[in-house]
Amino acid sequence: MSKQVTDILIVGVGGQGTLLTSRILADVAVQMDYDVKVSEIHGMAQRGGSVVTQVRFGKKVYSPIIKKGDADILLAFEKLEAARWLDYLKPDGMVIINDERVDPLPVMSGKVKYPLDIVDKIRDKVPNTRLINASEIASQCGNSRAANVVLVGVLAAVAGLPAEEMESAIQRLVPAKAIETNLQAFKEGMSIIPN
Amino acid sequence: MKQLMIGNEAIARGAYEAGATVATAYPGTPSTEIVSSFAKYDNVYAQWAPNEKVALEVGVGASIGGARTLVAMKHVGVNVAADPLYTFAYTGVTGGLVLVSADDPGMHSSQNEQDNRGYGKFAKMPVLEPSDSQEALDYCRIAFHISEEFDTPVMLRITTRLAHSQTMVEIGDMEDYQLKPYKKNVPKYVMLPANARGRHVEVEKRMLALKEYAEACELNWIELADTSIGIISSGVPYQYVKEVMPEASVLKLGMVNPLPETMIREFAQKVDRLVVIEELEPVIEEQIRAWGIPVEGKELFSLLGEYSPELIESVLKGVRNEDLYGLVKEIPGRPPLLCPGCPHRGVFYTLRKMRLVVAGDIGCYTLGALSPLDGMDTTICMGASIGTAMGMEKARGPEFAEKMVAVIGDSTFVHSGITPLIDIVYNQGTSTVLILDNDTTAMTGHQEHPATGKNINSEPTKKLDLPTLVKAIGIENVRVVDPLKLDQLQSAVQEELERREPSVIIAKRACALIETQPTGIKYYVDPELCTGCKVCIRLGCTGINFLDEEKVAVMNLNSCVGCGLCPQVCKFDAIKVLEV
Repeated sequence: MSKQVTDILIVGVGGQGTLLTSRILADVAVQMDYDVKVSEIHGMAQRGGSVVTQVRFGKKVYSPIIKKGDADILLAFEKLEAARWLDYLKPDGMVIINDERVDPLPVMSGKVKYPLDIVDKIRDKVPNTRLINASEIASQCGNSRAANVVLVGVLAAVAGLPAEEMESAIQRLVPAKAIETNLQAFKEGMSIIPN
Repeated sequence: MKQLMIGNEAIARGAYEAGATVATAYPGTPSTEIVSSFAKYDNVYAQWAPNEKVALEVGVGASIGGARTLVAMKHVGVNVAADPLYTFAYTGVTGGLVLVSADDPGMHSSQNEQDNRGYGKFAKMPVLEPSDSQEALDYCRIAFHISEEFDTPVMLRITTRLAHSQTMVEIGDMEDYQLKPYKKNVPKYVMLPANARGRHVEVEKRMLALKEYAEACELNWIELADTSIGIISSGVPYQYVKEVMPEASVLKLGMVNPLPETMIREFAQKVDRLVVIEELEPVIEEQIRAWGIPVEGKELFSLLGEYSPELIESVLKGVRNEDLYGLVKEIPGRPPLLCPGCPHRGVFYTLRKMRLVVAGDIGCYTLGALSPLDGMDTTICMGASIGTAMGMEKARGPEFAEKMVAVIGDSTFVHSGITPLIDIVYNQGTSTVLILDNDTTAMTGHQEHPATGKNINSEPTKKLDLPTLVKAIGIENVRVVDPLKLDQLQSAVQEELERREPSVIIAKRACALIETQPTGIKYYVDPELCTGCKVCIRLGCTGINFLDEEKVAVMNLNSCVGCGLCPQVCKFDAIKVLEV
C-alpha cells in the first residue's frame, strides 16, 4: 500500500530552533493545498530536553502524530537525538543528521560517554543516512544560526517541495534583517543532495 | 481560506466568533495559549487571574453581568476552581460561559493525569470534547449556545495533544452578540439553602433535557462501515482510530456528558463487537456497562498515559510494533534541566550543600529536584510547599524546622502560597520560606502576574510588593537576597533557620530567559588548577562539562552566559575570567 501522507519527524534539543523548521515546512504544505497536521509538545521537556515535532501532510490526514515505524524522513538537529527517535522511521526511510553534538546531562557530568560512533551505527541500520554540517554551511552564508534553514533546504530537496514556495515561506517567517542570509542558507541546503 | 492553528488558538477564535468579550485564566501548560491568543483580538477583555478559582469567579461575574465568557485552565487548575464551579453549575448563567479544561494524559508537563471528564458527571454539566482544531473552534461556539439554551456552564475538555497540535481551520464570521441585560435574580444567584434547593431541581431537569439534546445534536455521529467491530471514541483518539482502522464502524462522540443512550444502544446492536477507546478513565465505558450493554474498553487499553496510532493498531489488529532499530536503548537519556544562568540553580545547590529538607512547589524550579542538584523532598501541587513545611514542623517539632525550608516561585506564591503563610504566622510555626522571585511565570512561557507590575497585554499596572505583603501577614524577618551570590544566600538561610520564628527570604533575580542584559563575562577552566573534583558539575549546567579522559572540567562557551556561579563553587580557583 503506497502511503497517502508524507510524515516528517523533526527532532533536536530544546532551544535548537526546530520549531522554525516545522513552521516553514507546514506553511508550504498549506500553500500546496494539502491537509496538514503538526504536533509539538511545550513545557517542561523543552528545557534542554529532547524535543520532537511531527509534520504530516497529504490529501487527508487524521492522526496529528506519526505512527511508530512510519516516518518517511527523520530530520535530526543533533546526532544523539537521531538515534533516540530512529524507531519512528519506516524501514526504507531517510535520515538527515545535523553534524552537531549537544551533550546531555549524563555526558556533561562524566557519568557516561557520548557515543562517538552513533552516526555509523545509524548508517549501518539505515543506508539512506545523510550527515550535514549545517552550522558550517550557515556560517559561510553569513550566520551559523541559520543552520536550521540549511536543513530546511535539504528537507525541501529530498521531500520534493517547491523551492519558490519554500523561499516565500522563509521570507514570511524569519525576521527581516535575517532574510538574505536565510535564503542563501536555504539554497545551499537545497543543493547538497541531488534530487 | 484555511489556515493552521493549534487547538488553543482555535478555541480562542471560536470564543471570539461567538461574541465572547471576557476571558480569564491562570497560565498552565497545556492551556496557556487559549487566553493569551484571545487577548490579541480587538474589543475584548482578557486577564491573567492570580489563580484558577479567581479566574472562574471573575468568569461567573462576567456571565451574570451578561457577557459570553471564556475561562481556561489546566486540569489541576479545575481542582482549584472546583468550589465555585460546583455551585455555578447550580445557578447557571446569564451570558454563556465555557470553561476549558486542558488535561495532560502522559503528563508532559503536570504532576498528575486526572481525567476531568469526571467533573462533568460530578458537577452535572455538559462536556464537549473536540478531536482537532476545527472542532475546537466549532465546539467552542456551540458550547456558548448550549450554555445559554440549557442555562449551564459548559466544559470544553481538551488534551495536550489537541492543545498543541496544529491542524487546518476554516475561520468563520463573528456573531452579533449583545450583552444581556443585568437583572437582579436572587433565587437564581444567591445560593442560600432555600434557593439552592430550587436550583438543584433545575439542574436535574436540565440534565434530562441535555440527554435528549445529545441524541440529536451535530456533536455525535455514527460512521457505519464494517460491522464486525464498532468503536466508540472521542477527542484525539478518534483521529488515531480513523488512521489505523479506516474500515471500522465508529460512533464519534463530541459530547461526552451526558451520553446519547439511544444512539449508543442502536450502534451496539449493529456491530458484532463494541469497543470504547478513551484515554485515561473509563468514563464512557462505565456508563455503557451500567446500561447493560456488552462492551470492551479498559481490559484492552491502559488507564495510563497517552494513546497512539500504533497502540490501537497493535491491540485491535494484532500488528506487532517492535522497535525497528532499537538504538534508543544504547544512548544516554536527555533529561530537562535548568537553563544556563538560571537564578534557581544556586539556590538548590546551596540547599543540598546545607543538607536541608526542602518542601518544594510547582514551576521551573521543580527541576531542582533532579540530579545532580537533588534539591527537593516534596512536590504536590501549586502552593503546597509552605503548608507541607508547616505540617512537617508540627509533626516533628521546631528542631526539625531548623533543617528545613519551603521553596516557592513568585507566581506560585501569589497563586496559593499566601494563605499557608498566614497559617504559619497564625499557628506559630517557625519555618523559613524561600520565594524564588524571577519576575515572571517562567515554566508556562513567561506570563505576567500581579507581582510583575504588568497585565496580560504587558501594560503597566499596580505591582504587588512581595516584601510588604509578607510583612503585613506578620512575618517579621523578611530579606531579599541575590541568588547568584551564594555566600550571601547561604548565610541568609543559615541565620533564618536558627531563628525560632517564621522567616521569608526572597531570592530575587529575573529569569535568565527574560534578562536581556548579558553579563559579557566569559570564564575558562585552568587545567593546571582543576583537580577534577566535579563540584562545579554538581551545578548541572550546560555551560560547564567534564572531560572524562583528562579528568578536568571545561567551559562550554556556546552555552555559558557568565552568571558566575561555577567560579564561586570551585575550591581551587580554577575557573577564571577569560580576557577577551
